[in-house]
Amino acid sequence: MEFLYFLAKTGFYATALVTLGSAVLVVTLRNLFHCALALILCLLGVAATYLYLKAEFLAMIQILLYIGAIMTLLIFAIMLTNRLADQSVSQTNRQSLPAFALLAVFNVFCIASLTAVPWKINPASLTAPIDAKILGAHLMGTYVFPFEIISVVLIIALVGAVILGRTDQ
Amino acid sequence: MNPIPLNHFVIFSLFLFSIGLYGALTRRNVIGILMGIELMLNAANINLIAFSRYVSQSPETGQIFAIFVIVLAACAAAIGLAIVLAMYQNRKTVRAEDIHILKW
Repeated sequence: MEFLYFLAKTGFYATALVTLGSAVLVVTLRNLFHCALALILCLLGVAATYLYLKAEFLAMIQILLYIGAIMTLLIFAIMLTNRLADQSVSQTNRQSLPAFALLAVFNVFCIASLTAVPWKINPASLTAPIDAKILGAHLMGTYVFPFEIISVVLIIALVGAVILGRTDQ
Repeated sequence: MNPIPLNHFVIFSLFLFSIGLYGALTRRNVIGILMGIELMLNAANINLIAFSRYVSQSPETGQIFAIFVIVLAACAAAIGLAIVLAMYQNRKTVRAEDIHILKW
């Protein structure tokens, strides 16, 4: 049992390292198509992190929606707009050094304040099973109003995207 | 019983957010900026689920709001990419500094 815990822990840190590494590739690679492939790996790592938080339904949603739908859309847009001549030009603007310094300061501040807070761990919710059935019951019960609002927002956004992307005037 | 402390999840998502913000601040291509925004939204989702799993009284709340965030990310990606494609058709550019027709 101890060995299994050790294995699970090592797996989490390896997943986190791979996710952060591919995220760095997403923001630094020059070829945008390679960035999209690294982003797919990063999103898979985030889905694995959801599994470590016992959110299996969210992990499946992440793979289906992000990797299945949003990344397909993104790769379509990259292939429709990318010209080969663009590869030689620099992909980053001149703000990279100030942005890096600012984010380093932000990270140091956040880590210092995070480690100083004593979180009150709730043992009941740590072990509570949350599957699609419970999530659906809450979406149709307590959270039915935001659920309806979000569906209206989604349909308006998709109709707007169709109108924006149409070519014939 | 859970072997991983809460702080490690939060620090992981902090790093992911910072990398995404760096990408959104420094990319010249609009699609690269959208990728950075997707990274930031994922970091927010990890935070929501981790906090609801560890310290909340109702552990399903964070997951439900994570679903809402994923839906809003899908909306943002659809609208953003439609704007990028329309801009590419009309102005033949996907660079953020070339898109300044609304600047005073």
